[in-house]
Amino acid sequence: MTTLLFIEQMLNGLQFGVMLFLMSAGLTLVFGVMGLINLAHGSLFMIGAFTAAAVAAATGSFVLALMASLAAAAIAGALIELTIIRRLYDRDHLDQVLATFALILIFSEGTRWMFGSFPLFLDVPKVLAGPVTLPGGIEYPAYRLSIILIGLLVAAGMFALINRTRVGIRIRAGEADREMIAALGVDIAKLYTFVFALGAALAGFAGALVGAIQSVQVGMGEPVLILAFVVIVIGGIGSIKGAFVGALLVGFTDTMGRVLLPQIFALFLEPSAAVSVGSALASMLIYILMAGVLVFRPRGLYGVT
Amino acid sequence: MTRETLINVAALAVLLAVPLWALMADEPFIITLATRAAIFALAGVGLNLALGSGGLVSLGHAVFFGIGGYAMGILASHAQSYEPIMEAPFLIEGTKSMPMIWLVAMVTSALAALAIGALSLRTSGVYFIMITLAFGQMIYYFAISWPAYGGEDGLSIYVRNEFPGLNTLVPMQFFGLCFAILCLALLLMNAIHKSAFGLALSAARQNETRVLSVGMKPYHLRLVAFVISGAVTGLAGALFADLNRFVSPTMLSWQMSGEIIIFIIIGGVGRLFGPVIGAMIFILLEHTLGGLSEFWHVYLGALLLGIVLFAKGGVIGAFAGREKAHD
Repeated sequence: MTTLLFIEQMLNGLQFGVMLFLMSAGLTLVFGVMGLINLAHGSLFMIGAFTAAAVAAATGSFVLALMASLAAAAIAGALIELTIIRRLYDRDHLDQVLATFALILIFSEGTRWMFGSFPLFLDVPKVLAGPVTLPGGIEYPAYRLSIILIGLLVAAGMFALINRTRVGIRIRAGEADREMIAALGVDIAKLYTFVFALGAALAGFAGALVGAIQSVQVGMGEPVLILAFVVIVIGGIGSIKGAFVGALLVGFTDTMGRVLLPQIFALFLEPSAAVSVGSALASMLIYILMAGVLVFRPRGLYGVT
Repeated sequence: MTRETLINVAALAVLLAVPLWALMADEPFIITLATRAAIFALAGVGLNLALGSGGLVSLGHAVFFGIGGYAMGILASHAQSYEPIMEAPFLIEGTKSMPMIWLVAMVTSALAALAIGALSLRTSGVYFIMITLAFGQMIYYFAISWPAYGGEDGLSIYVRNEFPGLNTLVPMQFFGLCFAILCLALLLMNAIHKSAFGLALSAARQNETRVLSVGMKPYHLRLVAFVISGAVTGLAGALFADLNRFVSPTMLSWQMSGEIIIFIIIGGVGRLFGPVIGAMIFILLEHTLGGLSEFWHVYLGALLLGIVLFAKGGVIGAFAGREKAHD
C-alpha cells in the first residue's frame, strides 16, 4: 500500500470520525444533562438529510439546503421535546427506550409515506465537486475535505459554547445538579428544550452533509445512531471531549480496518479467504474496540466513575 | 383464582382455540399466524426473565433469536447437501432432527449470552442498553459479511425439519409442537420465579445494596438469568426459522430486538404471561392494520407511545390492576 493511499484513507477516517462527532455530541449532551437515552436521534439525522434533499431539489442551492436541514431538525427536536420527551425525564430507561423506539417507527413510516420508498439524491455543490491537491501531491475530494473542516469548526464551536459561554455554564451546571440550578432561578425546562434542539440540529446537519455522499433513504439514521452509541460508550456518556475522542477513534478504526485487515490476512491466507475473513472481522472491529475499552474502563475513557 | 390468573388462562385458551377453529374452517394461514404468535411469545418469555425479573433492558436479544435461527439453518443445510460441517479433528454432520437442532440452538445461544452478558453486565443502566445494542449490531454485520451461509441473502431450507412421531409439514402439528414448548417454557419460568434464585434475582433488581449485604453477588445472579434468557430466546429463533424454512440477518437486526421488547410491553412487564398476550396482540395488529395500510408501523408506534406514556403495566396491568406488581 502506498503512502498516498494510506494518507487518503486516514483522511477518510477523519471525515467519518468528524461526522460521527456531530451525531454523538447531541446524544451525549442529552444524556449528560437530562439523563435521557434517545433512540430517535437517528430519525433527526434522517429528517436533516430529507429536508436538505427536498430543499436542494426545489431551490438548487446547497447552502439553503444546509440551513433548512439545521432549522428543520432543530424544530422537530424542539417539538418532540415539548410534546413527548419531556414526560420521559423522570421515567426509567426502559420507558425512554420504548417511547423513542415508537418515535422511530412513526418518523420512519411517516417519511416513507411522504417521500416514498425510493432513495433521494443530493448533489455535491459544483464548487466542491472536483478534487483538490493537498501539499505532497495528494488528490482528495474537495467536498469530503470541507466536511472535515466544517466538522472541526463545529466541534471547536461546541467546546467554546460549553466552556466559555453563559449557556454552557448552565448546561454544565444542569449536568452536575439540576435542582440547584433550578433553585438559582434558571428556567430548567427551557434549558432542556434548548439542549435537545441543539443536539437535534447537529444531527440534522450531519445528515444533510452525509446525504450528498450516500443516498438519502428511510432507515439511514439507525446505523449511524448505533455507531454514535458505540462512540459515547467508548468516550464516556455525558462528555463532549469523550465524544470527540471516541468519534475519531471509531472513524479511524473502522476505515483503516476495512482497508488493512484483508491485506494483513492476505499475507498468510489464500486471497478469497483473506477477503472474506478480513472484511467480516473489519465489520466487527469497532465493537471489539468497544469491548476492549469496557474491560479496562467500564465508564468509558472520559466518563465519571 | 386471581384476576391475573383468569386472564392468563383465557390467553392460552384463545391461542389454542383460534388455530383449532381455523382447522375446522380450513384456513391454514390463520394456523401459521397462531404459530408465529406462539413463537414470538416464547422469544418474549425468554427476554422477560432478563427484562422483567432481572431489570436488564437488553436491546440485543435478536442476537440469540438469530443464533437459534442460524443453528437450525446451518445444521439443516448441511444435512440437505450431505456435507459434514467439519471433518477434523472430529466429524460433525448436519441434522434434520428438531430435538437435536433445538439442543444446539440453546447451547450456542447460551454460550453467546454468557460472552455478551459477562462483558455487558460489568456496566448497568443506559450503558447496558447501548452495549447490548452494539453487540447485536456486531453479530448482525458479521452475518451479513460472512459469505459461507448466504451472507445478506440468508439461507433457505427446502423441507421443514423432523420431529419423531409427527408430520411437521402439517400446520396444526407444527403449531401443537410450538404451543407445547411455549407451555413448558412458561412452567419453567414460573418455577424459576418462585425459586430461591428467582427471588434473589428480583431482589437484586429492587435493591442491589441489600442483596450485596446478605452476601449474594448480583453480577452472578444476573449473568445466570441472562444466559437462561438467551437460551430460551434462541430456541424460539430455531422454531421461527423452521416455520419460515428460511433464516437471514433480519432475524439478528436491532428492530427484531425492539419488537421482542414490544411483545413484553404490550402485555405487561414482569408478568409471566405478558409476552404471550403481547405477541398475540402484535400478530393481530400486524395482520389487521397491515391489511389496512402499508404504513401500519405508524399506528404501532402511536399505540406503543400511548402505552408507555399513559398505560404502564400493559394489557394485564390494565385489567388485573397492580396487585401482583411489587414495586
